[in-house]
Amino acid sequence: MVNHRHKRLSKTKEPDMDEIRKDLPAMVEKMPAFSQSVHRVIQLTSDINSDPKALVEVIQHDPILMMRILKLVNSPYFGLAQKISSINHAVVYIGINTVKNLALSTAVIGVLPSTNAAGFDMDGFLRHSLSTAIITRILARKSGVQERDIFDFFLSGLLHDFGKIVFAHFLPHEFKKALTLAKDEGIHLYEAEQKIFTADHTQIGSLLGEKWNLPLHLVACLREHHSHDQEGSLMIDAVSAANQISKELKLGYSGENIIEILPTRITDLLGADMAAIIASLGDISAEMEKAMIFIKHD
Amino acid sequence: MRYGGNTTCIEVETDDGQTIILDAGTGIHPLAQSLLKKLPLSCSIFLTHTHWDHIQGLPFFIPIFIPLNNIRIYGAFDPVLQRDIRDVLSRQMEYCYFPIREAELKADMQYSSLTEGQTLEIGSAKVTNIVMNHTVINFGYRIECNGKSVFFTGDNEALYNIYQPGDDYYEEYERLIVQKNTLLADFISGVDVLIADSAYTEQEYQSKKGWGHGTYDKCITMAKEVGAKALYFTHHEPQRSDDELDKMQDHLRKRFLNSTTAFSFCMASEGLEIVV
Repeated sequence: MVNHRHKRLSKTKEPDMDEIRKDLPAMVEKMPAFSQSVHRVIQLTSDINSDPKALVEVIQHDPILMMRILKLVNSPYFGLAQKISSINHAVVYIGINTVKNLALSTAVIGVLPSTNAAGFDMDGFLRHSLSTAIITRILARKSGVQERDIFDFFLSGLLHDFGKIVFAHFLPHEFKKALTLAKDEGIHLYEAEQKIFTADHTQIGSLLGEKWNLPLHLVACLREHHSHDQEGSLMIDAVSAANQISKELKLGYSGENIIEILPTRITDLLGADMAAIIASLGDISAEMEKAMIFIKHD
Repeated sequence: MRYGGNTTCIEVETDDGQTIILDAGTGIHPLAQSLLKKLPLSCSIFLTHTHWDHIQGLPFFIPIFIPLNNIRIYGAFDPVLQRDIRDVLSRQMEYCYFPIREAELKADMQYSSLTEGQTLEIGSAKVTNIVMNHTVINFGYRIECNGKSVFFTGDNEALYNIYQPGDDYYEEYERLIVQKNTLLADFISGVDVLIADSAYTEQEYQSKKGWGHGTYDKCITMAKEVGAKALYFTHHEPQRSDDELDKMQDHLRKRFLNSTTAFSFCMASEGLEIVV
């Protein structure tokens, strides 16, 4: 179903932010942190002269990150003849540079929580997030974004719907109602959320982004990816477009059934409509399958 | 020019005439000239890793454009970007790098991602691998044929402790290094020909720690430890002139060779042929 984009409710009628701030920030506060270790890994992996010891230390102090890396290193993909039992062992066996690159890719995707709230398909959600991230990255490259900024586009795609996780995690029953309402009435999920929570995932997501101290342009993507401001950034439009393409290609499912038209900035920049852009993307699903190893939960 | 300036490529011809190629640096282009006499060509290319200097010659390897040739390429899976060896290699033939796409190659091209320790039989030869220490997954390959053997390190830096004596993990790390070195020594044990990355002198190495390359001294130590019969230094530092390489060889022979030394060593040079 293709619909023209609707103005987000908050654009026409400001919700009572005081009301929201009473309950929802408490939930946001309880969400897992975009941990210091992720910041440190990004910092250390940006410095060619960083001390290998420092990286090992950061990983060792984050049990989740550590387990993810060990799991990857011991996976059949890697195909090592030895079982790797610690981060130091991994550094000895496969070298600090490979560990560094694994830590970087794992740390960022590692912020996805493993919660499986009632009625919300987490696997579908992760697939939607990941495919949106991959497509956002492709659109950014096609739009001539410089390579050093590409990662932020990927991250904004990955995190754009994170507000839904807050709802699903803390108010699973009500969130299920919102999902059903959106489906039954043929309305946007954010409209259904507004009716039930008087707030939607874009608002909660941006609060979460602020809590995580994400850069402001990333927070803006969490907040504005359903808005239509012409003044919005290219990143917002790229995430918004990738979001629609992910839904069109049914790469995962995040509870939203309406596919909007693509932002004109994207179609103008690429000189192509949705069908033509999709045709130019290459095999997204293969790329996704490969990336899923990073986010799968046992 | 005595030592040559092409990047890594080593051909191993087995007793029964099989062609095994270790790495596809620019040296594979001159190699192709001699292989063109063997059409249709059947060969197996084993890549230690996919850094530029080890794959750069592949798009210029003439046999890939000739029908009826059968070319098998082996290498590691890229665990960071989750790509198999075909995917990694086909990137270097994309539009902006090369005029011909991988899909357009005329030879029968087969690709296989290897796991560590996987053994392949190429005619009467057996090829197996072990993970070495480089800045990317790098396989060292051992080729065995009729009781004769060759080992090539690919790019390799001797392991060193990232901790200082007294640090919490120093001893654990030391133990892990010994464990890995024992596995490696067992793997290379008794090899007839050891071809090893020896890019630097010990002095140069001090500022190049962690870059993933070896030194002359450490390669000599390795050759002694594993009981190699002959050691060939390769991956010469690009800044070193032919005269300097000659001088280095003399210097190393004076330092390390005497009547009791059980092995020989020399600088590898382009076109050098060794019969085992």
